[in-house]
Amino acid sequence: MKNEILLGDEAVALGAVHAGLSAAYSYPGTPASEILEYLVRASEGGRTFTAVWSVNEKTAYEEALGVSFAGKRSLVSFKHVGLNVAADPFMNSAITGANGGLVVVSADDPGMHSSQNEQDSRFYAQFARIFCFEPSDHQEAYDMTRQAFDISEELGIPVMVRMVTRLAHSRSSIAPREARAQNGLRYGNWKDWTLLPANARGRFKILLDKQAEMVKLSESLSFNKLELNPKDRSLGVIASGIGYNYLRENLAGMNPAPSVLKIGSYPLPESMIARLFEHVDAVLVIEEGYPLIEQGLKGVFGIPGKTLKGKLRGELPLTGELSPDIVRKALGLAPLPVRDAGKVKLASRPPQLCAGCPHADTVKALNKALEGRSGSNVFSDIGCYTLSALPPYSAIQTCVCMGASISMARGGSDAGVRPSVAVIGDSTFAHSGMTPLLSAAVADTDMTVFILDNFTTAMTGGQPSYGTGENLLKILEGLGVNKNHIRTIEPLPKNLETNVRIIKEELDHKGLSVIVAVRECIQETRKKRS
Amino acid sequence: MKQDIVLAGVGGQGILSIAFVIDNAALAEGLSFKQAEVHGMSQRGGAVQSHVRLSSERIWSDLIPRGAADMILSVEPLEAFRYLEYLRPDGIVVTSSTPYVNIPDYPPVDSVLAGIRNAGNCAIVDSERIAKEAGTSKAQNTVMLGAASKHLILKEETLRRFVEALFRARGEHVVQANLKAFELGRIAAA
Repeated sequence: MKNEILLGDEAVALGAVHAGLSAAYSYPGTPASEILEYLVRASEGGRTFTAVWSVNEKTAYEEALGVSFAGKRSLVSFKHVGLNVAADPFMNSAITGANGGLVVVSADDPGMHSSQNEQDSRFYAQFARIFCFEPSDHQEAYDMTRQAFDISEELGIPVMVRMVTRLAHSRSSIAPREARAQNGLRYGNWKDWTLLPANARGRFKILLDKQAEMVKLSESLSFNKLELNPKDRSLGVIASGIGYNYLRENLAGMNPAPSVLKIGSYPLPESMIARLFEHVDAVLVIEEGYPLIEQGLKGVFGIPGKTLKGKLRGELPLTGELSPDIVRKALGLAPLPVRDAGKVKLASRPPQLCAGCPHADTVKALNKALEGRSGSNVFSDIGCYTLSALPPYSAIQTCVCMGASISMARGGSDAGVRPSVAVIGDSTFAHSGMTPLLSAAVADTDMTVFILDNFTTAMTGGQPSYGTGENLLKILEGLGVNKNHIRTIEPLPKNLETNVRIIKEELDHKGLSVIVAVRECIQETRKKRS
Repeated sequence: MKQDIVLAGVGGQGILSIAFVIDNAALAEGLSFKQAEVHGMSQRGGAVQSHVRLSSERIWSDLIPRGAADMILSVEPLEAFRYLEYLRPDGIVVTSSTPYVNIPDYPPVDSVLAGIRNAGNCAIVDSERIAKEAGTSKAQNTVMLGAASKHLILKEETLRRFVEALFRARGEHVVQANLKAFELGRIAAA
């Protein structure tokens, strides 16, 4: 087969297709969106699998789990914080086990390029006691995802592939292999899949009994590789995922060369680690994300007679993304000479709302309506509109997680915040806004909720949204929001005065109001024009 | 044989289109390549950069180390300046002189260009004027690719082939305008 140019995310997707994928589910989120985007395009191209944008990550996970129950191979993918949303089915799927291969891709965002934290998904894999791959390059992303399906079926567990931004959004060429056929229908056993306490206890025991086998598996995989330098015992390096690339980038400059253990899967290949420690006096651990490997090795007391270097001792930073330069320094190498750039003050160019963005008109109207109401607070959510926290708008005061605007505004209102305002987009509302709005509607909480309906999931590149248009208005009525206080505005500069008046009326209402600001995302409008 | 290039510009300027041409040309010429790019929140009108690494050997890091870049190729002068710390002392800056002003504190463009000139080898090209001359003001990225082409380790012929491939779907007129933009950019940088 011909080599293909793919993003790391797309290499994962193609690996799944060639592993005999029957269905894939996801909710958009940077840096994971391109996995399902690729699969949607591929399935439109006549392939015979299902590729669906789900309403949220929990739903996506459960949809994939249903495919696995039925004996077929399924992929579920999302960004790292998406796994928080899917944590309930994720943890329990380790207990039910997988019937058809179930692979969960969680894409971490070290450095928080587009995220509110930099949590490390490997801890989730460890928590659930499942097997986890961590690719270092595109070929591994493809190969590991393929193999993850086989392992999932052999061990009867879900398998995680942990991605990070730099690999997810890097392009390179890979060599694909012949595709495997899809599985036929083969239902799971009801006792394995019905987690009544009596069944679940038995299933958990089975999961625990597989742990030793998983360690052996890691020791047998070529993705984990130990290279001892027989001539030197001073330093060993354990490097996982793309941390291994940063080590190799700098290795040529090291004399003597350190002994190296490359890590590509978890649970860790324990015997390889033991052999490395027998051979060297000091070990540096290079891993992207939290110090999972390092912390495990250190324990409470450390390793007697050996020095353990890494993020806990400070050779590498605990926050942010690794880079070849940071690793270079940790290896004790001098920085490369750079060109003298002189002294020009560099203005930063932060992301901002696009020219003509409907959100800009909505927050301008909201700001104007709130003038003179000194006790107000605007609880916001995850989406492009979060950028209205920055000047010139400075319109919002919170952004925590998907859906939190509405529930926090309710809590704020209960605590006495007046006016208490929530701002949420249509896709985020469908994802996690409906349940808190139901709760606020039942209580008729004194608050004003803005739903910014731009017909799409804009920030991640325009994936479909389900809580939009007429459907959204029906949902609001169905949730029990008083019809007289469901108002619609069109956020355009020419409508500013009208919109401010409507917003003021609803801010004055002592009870729940929902204002739907309806105008298509300017990027989507442009796409249609071109 | 290796070449590390920092591509720079502002979201929407077509940095990733330049990357598409270079990636495909590299694959066609049998070189290894890795190309790290930025998606998501940071794309919204913000600074955008992409690290492109080409080599006849295996490439490890997706990111170019500071001080290792052979070229900064930028569609915007302030963005070229932003990444000077990545450039080797003997590397080259190929940049547009046309500022993209969407921030209140954009420094005087002359001081930015002077800073780039003072730092060493550079080719500064008026991409806006040249793109208009080629027939489409949208082709500033292709102008800059043409300007860089003399210094790339890829064949001019292969680059042209993928400029064509990139714009084929938009019709012959757009293809021809971009090929002309490439050619004029190449001449302007000479």
